[in-house]
Amino acid sequence: MNRNGPIALIFHVLFLGFLLAPILIVCAVAFTSQGYLSLPTEGLSLRWFRAIGDNPEFIRAFKDSLLLGAVSSTLAILVAVPAALAIARHQFFGREAIQALFLSPLMVPHIVLGIAFLRFFTMIGLGGTFAGLVLSHVIIILPFALRLILAASTGMDRAVENAAASLGASSWTCFRRVTLPLILPGVASGWVLAFINSFDEVTMTVFIASPETTTLPVRLFLYIQDNIDPLVAAVSAVLIFLTVAAMLVLDRVYGLERLLVGKGRD
Amino acid sequence: MSMAASTESQVQATAANPSTHAPPPRRPRRWPWTPYLLSAPGLALFAVLLLVPLVMTFLLSLNSFSFYGGIENVWQIGNYADIIADSYFHEVFLRTFRIAAVVTLLCALFGAPEAYILRRMKSPWRGLCLLIVLGPLLISVVSRTLGWALLFGSTGLVNQGLMGLGLIATPIEFMYTETGVIIALTHVLVPFMVLSVWASLQRLDPQVENAALSLGAGPLTVMRRVVLPQIVPGILSGSIIVFALAASAFATPAIIGGRRLKVAATLAYDEFLNTLNWPLGATVAVLLLIANVVIIVGCNRLVERRYKQVFE
Repeated sequence: MNRNGPIALIFHVLFLGFLLAPILIVCAVAFTSQGYLSLPTEGLSLRWFRAIGDNPEFIRAFKDSLLLGAVSSTLAILVAVPAALAIARHQFFGREAIQALFLSPLMVPHIVLGIAFLRFFTMIGLGGTFAGLVLSHVIIILPFALRLILAASTGMDRAVENAAASLGASSWTCFRRVTLPLILPGVASGWVLAFINSFDEVTMTVFIASPETTTLPVRLFLYIQDNIDPLVAAVSAVLIFLTVAAMLVLDRVYGLERLLVGKGRD
Repeated sequence: MSMAASTESQVQATAANPSTHAPPPRRPRRWPWTPYLLSAPGLALFAVLLLVPLVMTFLLSLNSFSFYGGIENVWQIGNYADIIADSYFHEVFLRTFRIAAVVTLLCALFGAPEAYILRRMKSPWRGLCLLIVLGPLLISVVSRTLGWALLFGSTGLVNQGLMGLGLIATPIEFMYTETGVIIALTHVLVPFMVLSVWASLQRLDPQVENAALSLGAGPLTVMRRVVLPQIVPGILSGSIIVFALAASAFATPAIIGGRRLKVAATLAYDEFLNTLNWPLGATVAVLLLIANVVIIVGCNRLVERRYKQVFE
């Protein structure tokens, strides 16, 4: 009886419908040919997608988001790899405390971090700058990168490294030629997860972004606060299409479940 | 989490895997300070960019504020006293925790059965459905909430549908109400519950269910006596994640609840960016942080202890 009964399947269909409804409605409304919000009843139109081109601030915010995600994830990886190696393979005083510190941003509400960074960056003169955005994003995405790299380096076979060392490789060569290639899948997926988290972040960023330097989700959020029109639906729809495309690639290459649950698929 | 990651901040890790990593094999080190050197860049970064700003926020919450003088550098606990004394703040905090509690309950009620149904599906359906369930975590929370705003307000599709089915006679108000915020937040957070229960289901051997059935247990008994006890830890840790994220959620209550229906996070935002009473905003933030940490750490302890009793 390892099969789902009819009631279970009805529940399942309703559940998926609930999850998909708001996403589908955004895409549907984006194709309206009317000048106001409506479901496309009288023909589809791409006018609102073309209208995005007339609003360069969305395009600029999108580019800023991509750059911010790429730079902050790369920095997070550079910090997380040595830290993960230290935690995974050394027994030292304060090891648990250091790991807890690196994972602690997961426990702090992003609204609190936004307030904290706004105050801090205003004081040291980084308020509203791209550098400020990068530094704050590194803090919030580092736990995600660290966890995946930690899992990769804990599961690694140490004998290969010892072999390399006994054959005369220096520690740097050993890291570059043996350790890094072995933990690379964890590092790559850590980068991807960090990038996604940076790209989607809105609560903290809304405090520290400035009108000149802002991200796409923040731009969308502030726009929606004022009014909801087919233009934001079109921008959201583009964002959804891109995310779905990235998700399908990611699922093919690495496995979405593995990325999110941290375990292999069966 | 955002997941991913969604997005409204993730407590996923801490709650889902209380102790992920076993201590590494012991190995004599020539350099006892190697691990410190390796984690030094991260430690420096976190000390300057996490601890200092958080301490500064706490200090800011002790300052006072006046509309003419701005922020005054005095040390007092007047802001905390104000919040404790004022019934307006009670209402906001109470609403925040009420919404978080209902959302957690709904997520457990719908997310746990869904995870179980997913596990019993065959590929390729299982992979496809899992993609649909987890996918929304990667889509920006602003886009997802916009979808609910469209369904509730502008197009009114939800009300049209409910009235068409004859379930209600007059339209229900969803925008700017707790009902609307609860529905949208459940949508945003339920994938975390599915993930958490899914992870605990991986440890459940389907043969145990078959054994119970072959010994004459009915399907309901199997569910109650065999499946449920094994996934309860997953439901509990999922609930911790969902509750913490719901209590500190910002974008969804801001869009659906608007300025009429404030929760703790939108209250702090308004004090900071509209009223400009930074000390009071910082006080709300500090209280939210303390509540969050106490709930996550406290509940994790409880779950772990209970878990031990069951399996030792």
